[in-house]
Amino acid sequence: MSTALLQLKNVRQAYGEQVVIRDLSLVLHKGDIGCLLGPSGCGKTTALRCIAGFEPVTAGEILLNGFCVSSADAFVPPEQRQIGMVFQDYALFPHLDVAANIGFGLHRLTRAKRERRVDELLQIVQLVSVSKKYPHELSGGQQQRVALARALAPKPELLLLDEPFSNLDVSLRERLSMEVREILKDQGITAILVTHDQAEAFAIADEIGVMHQGEIKQWDTAFNLYHRPVNRFVANFVGQGVFLPGTVINAQQIEIELGILKGEIPRYCDSGCKVDVLVRPDDIVYDDSSPLQATVIYKAFRGADILYTLRLDGGAKVLALVPSHHNHVIGEKIGIKLEADHIVAFHQSIQ
Amino acid sequence: MPRFNTCRFFVAVSFLFSLFIAHPVHAEEVVVYSARIEQLIKPMFDAFTKETGIKVKYTTDNEGALLARLEAEGKNTPADMLITADAGNLWAAAQAGLLKPVKSEVLENNIPAHLRDPKNEWFGLSIRARTLIYNTKKVKPSELSTYEDLADPKWHKRLCLRTSKKVYNQSLVAMLIAEHGEAEAERIVRGWVANLATDPLSDDTRALEFVAAGKCDVTLVNTYYFGRLMQKDPNLPLAVFWPNQNNSGVHVNISGAGITHHGRNGLAAVKLLEFLSSDKAQNLFADVNMEYPANPRIKVDPFVAAWGSFKQNLMNLVKAGELQATAVKLMDRAGYQ
Amino acid sequence: MENKTLFGREFFRIILSHRLMTIWRVVPFIAAALVLAPVGVVFSSFLAPASDIWQHLVETTLPQLLINTLWLALGVFVGTALLGVSLAWFTAVYEFPGRRFFSWALLLPMAIPAYVTAFVALGLFDFTGPIQTTLRAWLDNDLSWFPDIRSRLGVIIVMTLAFYPYVYLLARNAFVSQGKRSLEVAQSLGLNRRQGFFKVVLPMARPWIAGGIMLVLMETLADFGTVAVFNYNTFTTAIYKVWFSMFSLHAASQLASLLIIIVFVVIVLEQQFRSRMRYAENKRTERVQRIRLIGWHNWLVTGFVMCVLFLAFLLPVTQLCIWAMQSFTQDYDVARYLEFLWHSLSLSGLAALLVCLVVITMVYASRRYPDSATRYAVRTAIIGYALPGTVLAIGVYVPLAWLDGQISELVQRWLQIETGQLIQGTLITMLIAYLIRFMAVSHYPIDGAMQRITHSIDEAAMSLGLHGWAMIRKVHAPILKSGIFTAATLVFVDVMKEMPITLMTRPFGWDTLAIRIFEMTSEGQWEQAALPAVTLVVAGLIPIFLFMRQTEK
Repeated sequence: MSTALLQLKNVRQAYGEQVVIRDLSLVLHKGDIGCLLGPSGCGKTTALRCIAGFEPVTAGEILLNGFCVSSADAFVPPEQRQIGMVFQDYALFPHLDVAANIGFGLHRLTRAKRERRVDELLQIVQLVSVSKKYPHELSGGQQQRVALARALAPKPELLLLDEPFSNLDVSLRERLSMEVREILKDQGITAILVTHDQAEAFAIADEIGVMHQGEIKQWDTAFNLYHRPVNRFVANFVGQGVFLPGTVINAQQIEIELGILKGEIPRYCDSGCKVDVLVRPDDIVYDDSSPLQATVIYKAFRGADILYTLRLDGGAKVLALVPSHHNHVIGEKIGIKLEADHIVAFHQSIQ
Repeated sequence: MPRFNTCRFFVAVSFLFSLFIAHPVHAEEVVVYSARIEQLIKPMFDAFTKETGIKVKYTTDNEGALLARLEAEGKNTPADMLITADAGNLWAAAQAGLLKPVKSEVLENNIPAHLRDPKNEWFGLSIRARTLIYNTKKVKPSELSTYEDLADPKWHKRLCLRTSKKVYNQSLVAMLIAEHGEAEAERIVRGWVANLATDPLSDDTRALEFVAAGKCDVTLVNTYYFGRLMQKDPNLPLAVFWPNQNNSGVHVNISGAGITHHGRNGLAAVKLLEFLSSDKAQNLFADVNMEYPANPRIKVDPFVAAWGSFKQNLMNLVKAGELQATAVKLMDRAGYQ
Repeated sequence: MENKTLFGREFFRIILSHRLMTIWRVVPFIAAALVLAPVGVVFSSFLAPASDIWQHLVETTLPQLLINTLWLALGVFVGTALLGVSLAWFTAVYEFPGRRFFSWALLLPMAIPAYVTAFVALGLFDFTGPIQTTLRAWLDNDLSWFPDIRSRLGVIIVMTLAFYPYVYLLARNAFVSQGKRSLEVAQSLGLNRRQGFFKVVLPMARPWIAGGIMLVLMETLADFGTVAVFNYNTFTTAIYKVWFSMFSLHAASQLASLLIIIVFVVIVLEQQFRSRMRYAENKRTERVQRIRLIGWHNWLVTGFVMCVLFLAFLLPVTQLCIWAMQSFTQDYDVARYLEFLWHSLSLSGLAALLVCLVVITMVYASRRYPDSATRYAVRTAIIGYALPGTVLAIGVYVPLAWLDGQISELVQRWLQIETGQLIQGTLITMLIAYLIRFMAVSHYPIDGAMQRITHSIDEAAMSLGLHGWAMIRKVHAPILKSGIFTAATLVFVDVMKEMPITLMTRPFGWDTLAIRIFEMTSEGQWEQAALPAVTLVVAGLIPIFLFMRQTEK
């Protein structure tokens, strides 16, 4: 059982009348990588800044290693928290070269030790060749790695990353996400990341908290967020899919237009109760022989697959992810089959 | 941004406008370059215009700048007359060929010989006497005698002086050089410096205030500063002492004028000069500024007359000009700031 | 038919934009040439030696002069840097009672000419002033322990209080745009606030601060009025002494040349600093909350700020008002007085307009054509600020007088008309002199603002079909607005306070408030100088208020 490194207990943060964080609670264990995922304005960056100590909290507590660093009465200044931070715009020091930037937080070490640590980090982030260059001479990806190295240099207890990849192009993002995760896991760093990009969150984090309007709607693994969202917001926000209306048949079955689904259903719903069922693109497979037909109204080619938007006879729209060699034109009718091994359904009046 | 367009338009218009603002109108006007400030010369000019109908246009500036302007303008200068607050600059102007000699009986009658250029290129209009002012509570008149005496150690830390950068002190030292030679003059000035109660002050009025407040006991100023201060506050414990009455006399400098070589309105300018040397204007000099009129026939202001009469140093002020640069160097050497 | 007109219009537009581009390109060189004219006139004095005067100077006062000047420059450098930077930091990053008010109020001392602060300081603290007189009466002793205001320290303090707004303004610019973020980065790396300030924020703001200090140093070196009031001998006072008292404009010019060389060297050094400005991130950070101070820190900062404002602005203005009221009893020609005011305002306005236009064009040209020739031209154009006013005036006057002479000779010969002066005696001479002198003041803020317009902004605009004037109007102007406003304000206020150039180059009857002050102080009539001084200050406050409303942050 690893110890809880970071704990937020009912944290509330408000600028006067404007409440930014309503009620935030989470637990992050040592060595884990957490993530706060949400649309802009949900309060995730503010939450990060609270953890860092750049913003005070109005109520609730933030504990590091069991020690309270932020509460309505107590406050430990940022420089004493041993928290490293990678800022969204990297904020590299323009007047220092790469090596000096990385070594900046190592002012307590002797010169020799500092140089050794800087070299170590340059190796880790693979920037040995540019150690003498200045920030403006580097590419976006290189700058980001310098920012990471700089934050890691003093061996912080916790690393905070504020939308670290948002300034990079998509192809770079994926690769760097994996690299960063590798580095963090390798060094055993506990980290918490903030982003609006799901792909990023899924690639890096062990546990993700989906945030909306100052609260965490669900704190779980990526898999669970995708396949077992606990509320509508998470269901909508994570991944793609549509809601189809359905009726509960019995404790294990729900009927929707596409067929009968088997699985667990919300407890507070009896036979005959109306629900909305989440149907993801991967729940629908292509089946030539199926009696169920849907019309293609839109297709998005994605290389290995095509994401079709289909209209059912009843008028409802669904998404289907089909291997791309099944190329159909818009207006064509194709056969589909429902293939879901679990149910995600919400009571129609419950959000 | 519409702002841009209207801005440029406005600029263009004002440029064109400004081209014509200062175009000098000819005939029946005199243009004066004056080192004396407006307040002190305007009354005389107004009186002149009232009497003759000739307008006077003037601009004020530092002497050195005026001279430089005259030189730069050369034949194209609009100035007809140069007025300065001291003789040295008139001498320098004459040396640079900027002034032309004026043959005028009126001027010769009105202005004594030692107050005008031997070559008639400039004429003194008013006299400023530079004399000793002392604190009546601390000094008895019997203790004072001459300028030179102020170098005596008995005046240690009791003397206040105005900065050596002002022309009045420079011409005073020039006079000392003319009378005693450089070596002796330097000794005297060094003596002054040793007796200073505080660093040299930036103006005469301040020096007088220091004496009145007791920081020092005696100072050297132009009399009209004394007059102005006493008018403001008659209760100050200050009094005038005329030094050197037993030898060469009190050092005087002049404020004077000359006609420019290339000015266009020479005749009108001479008229103005003659006017300035005659009764009406001379009375104004006496009354407005408490100066001593150059014209010996004019009576001084009663307030001024109360200070008593004195023997003037009759050294021709050409010498003040000739020796000014030497005097400045001497003061530098003596450490007189 | 239709096609022809269209083609014609299109063609015309291409030609026009092309020609505009060429005009832009030339402007820095014209500006540099304008500055080089007086510099050339000054340097031409070396054609004939003036060895006797040099020898005299070297033997007597030159060493002391250089020491004095050096100490003054150093003292003012340190003073304005400390004051300007600390004030800028407090108002940019912290929240304390009255912060909003003080943010702009700290600029008010800009409206007071340094020589006015000087004579007020002397009037108050000197031996005969009210402070010493009252203390002497109370304590009944001769106060020999009381510090002498007429000392090196006194001049330094007065100049620091008069000039710190330049540093304050520019430093604040830097801190507001990147102060808090840099501090947070430092904190995330384990440095506390104080360490973060010195190790990160300050170095990153160095280019801006250096710009402000440059302006201050140039003002200090060129200053004559303030040091004359204190009778403190500097290099510049020597220039005037040699000219006015030793009748050698020649030797004075040689001294001035030396000054120019020193200043040019300093400017080149500073430009090296400024090149780093390009690499400073200028991303617009979101509204970061200011750090709230707690307890006695709060009051310490407020107290400090109030102290500065009191000494630099409230005290002088109050004393001036008192004097003005005392001397108002004498008959005052109100009409003439309003004329002075009008002259001051209109000249300042015209000058601000002209200088900003020229500098904007110059900055654009240097941005579009960033070759070294243009760069040097711009650097040269800035030097004008360091030339002592009268020297610059003469340097402008001499060539213009010569030009005037040539033109009138030609006209005389061909058209038989006597023209008299054409260029001199008009506002043109003044405006050219002001342009030469104040390009520096306008350049720093506008250049700084221009840095914010990245090339990607330009490209985005072009992809949307904007170029040439339209791009400037719609895209650049809003971004540059605050920089232009700063520049216009600085020039306006500086021209209002300006005296030696105005004195020499003004047309007949064009006296300004500054000239009035000069006339009164030259006769030792300090009280009479108070009323025009107060009016000058009030008039100078107008653009400052307008400026602050534009750039409220």
